[in-house]
Amino acid sequence: MLGAPILNQVVPQSSALHMGPYGLTLVSKYLCYAMLALAVDLIWGYCGILSLGHAAFFALGGYAIGMYLMREIGPRGVYGDPVLPDFMVFLNWKKLPWFWYGFNHLGFALVMMMFVPGLLGLAFGWFAFRSRVTGVYFSIITQALTYALMLAFFRNNTGFGGNNGFTDFKDILGFDLHSDRVRVVLLVITAAALGVSYLACRVTVESRAGRVLRAIRDAEDRTRFLGYPVESFKLWVFVFSAVIGGIAGGLYVPQVGIINPSEFSPINSIEVVIWVAVGGRGTLYGAVAGAVLVNCAKTYLTSSLPEVWLYALGALFVLVTMFLPRGIIGLVPERATWRERQRIQAEKISR
Amino acid sequence: MSLDDKILHIEQLTVSFDGFRALDELTMHIEPGELRCVIGPNGAGKTTMMDVITGRTRPESGTARFCQKLNLLSMSEPEIAQAGIGRKFQKPTVFEQLTVMENLELALAGGKSIMMMLLARLTPAQERKIDEVLEIIGLVELRETAAKSLSHGQKQWLEIGMLLMQEPRLLLLDEPVAGMTPQEVERTARLLESLVGNHSVLVVEHDMDFVRSIARRVTVLHEGRVLVEGDMDQVQKDQRVIDVYLGV
Repeated sequence: MLGAPILNQVVPQSSALHMGPYGLTLVSKYLCYAMLALAVDLIWGYCGILSLGHAAFFALGGYAIGMYLMREIGPRGVYGDPVLPDFMVFLNWKKLPWFWYGFNHLGFALVMMMFVPGLLGLAFGWFAFRSRVTGVYFSIITQALTYALMLAFFRNNTGFGGNNGFTDFKDILGFDLHSDRVRVVLLVITAAALGVSYLACRVTVESRAGRVLRAIRDAEDRTRFLGYPVESFKLWVFVFSAVIGGIAGGLYVPQVGIINPSEFSPINSIEVVIWVAVGGRGTLYGAVAGAVLVNCAKTYLTSSLPEVWLYALGALFVLVTMFLPRGIIGLVPERATWRERQRIQAEKISR
Repeated sequence: MSLDDKILHIEQLTVSFDGFRALDELTMHIEPGELRCVIGPNGAGKTTMMDVITGRTRPESGTARFCQKLNLLSMSEPEIAQAGIGRKFQKPTVFEQLTVMENLELALAGGKSIMMMLLARLTPAQERKIDEVLEIIGLVELRETAAKSLSHGQKQWLEIGMLLMQEPRLLLLDEPVAGMTPQEVERTARLLESLVGNHSVLVVEHDMDFVRSIARRVTVLHEGRVLVEGDMDQVQKDQRVIDVYLGV
């Protein structure tokens, strides 16, 4: 998949191997979704925290970058105001709200892309875990969280463009977002970000902390009894996951060219959970595979048989839950884990 | 031996639930390195006694001291666990998805903060400790096996192993052989005997054959008090014990 954009630079447009801008964006979109799925798998698959509101972190990261892209438009907007984005002029606002300050710098927006989802995760998690809210109750309040954010972002007065959100982006750091070369660079950055996130998650789950997370998943009270600060572990992994979700959203927006409050819609978060379940929970790579495969199917079905898609998604979830509890990845014969292989290797050497 | 040498020193403990006296001025002492069995009919106060020792239940009156100076009645559950009292509940609660080795690793004594767990690797001393405990509980071969694939008995041993990782001075075991096969009971007896000397062990058990096979000293509880205390032969011949318990 990653070979495609590089091929594009050498293969002429007429060739069958050439991937158009639509294809590039599609691949990038899948990779962003895969990152979000990774974030969900980290907390759900390894720590048993089922978040049905993770798309909220994705959307917040997206909005942070969207704010930068809106300010980058500058005087080229329809109303030609050098500072205010079009929707503010349209709403008759005279000056930029304070929370838009700083977003003319990409660096600031990048920090906010991680900071805002992380802070929300921290505040939300702190209250939820401190009060020992677990299981289905936790899932329900995460749905409420994303729903509340959706309603807030729909309002014009909130200051994020209301139901239209942000769109008509022009460029990023002066580079035209619609040029193929920029698209390729963004795709490569997205792929790299997915790779780094994957490694960060892998290192986490393979560490001793990863074992504590799985212990919490299997027997929370027992882990507490062994002396581990269970709430801190949950809070930390939740914030970490929220930040990965935010980065995924931040990469998504410049490539698809739009962000609006429907990204907060509760159904989006539920879809992410389905990707992870279909791919194989608690493996990390299963989440990536699930996100890509389900979205490929979605792209195909929504264009060829649009009315079938939601039924197909529902049926897929039911079938996987019933017949493939370990997801598609469960079909692949089990291999020794990295740790086991290391140990076997070490034993061979010691003999 | 003077009273100061006792590892556990319970005096005049009384606990009642809605007027029912679960413990009635119970007095009992455990020596360092001793293996003690506590038996008694249902409702005799065995579990309540363990609850008081581990800080789960607060008594109305009486004292409970650990290692001469620690007042257990003013300590929280984690503090008591930290001070060196490990308790095994009836139902085995190991981490099913983790391997035997990972279960023991989780139970290691020492820092438990996130930063430590993210960065720390096992030290050679910790590796040795795990190997040593694997040896004691007889699960060396099953080191890399997921706990969910262990037999009931093996899970119980693993849980005892997890308690040993915390280097407790006193182990409380609640019916450790319930549901075990005769061979498993036999192995558990040998396991507990191997702990004598290094740890004090307090076992609550119904299985009389098991108690007979391990106990040096037996305490019979009845209606919240000590009915008889002595070696197994003495206890079995005691008419009061036969009346309330063995005879039934």
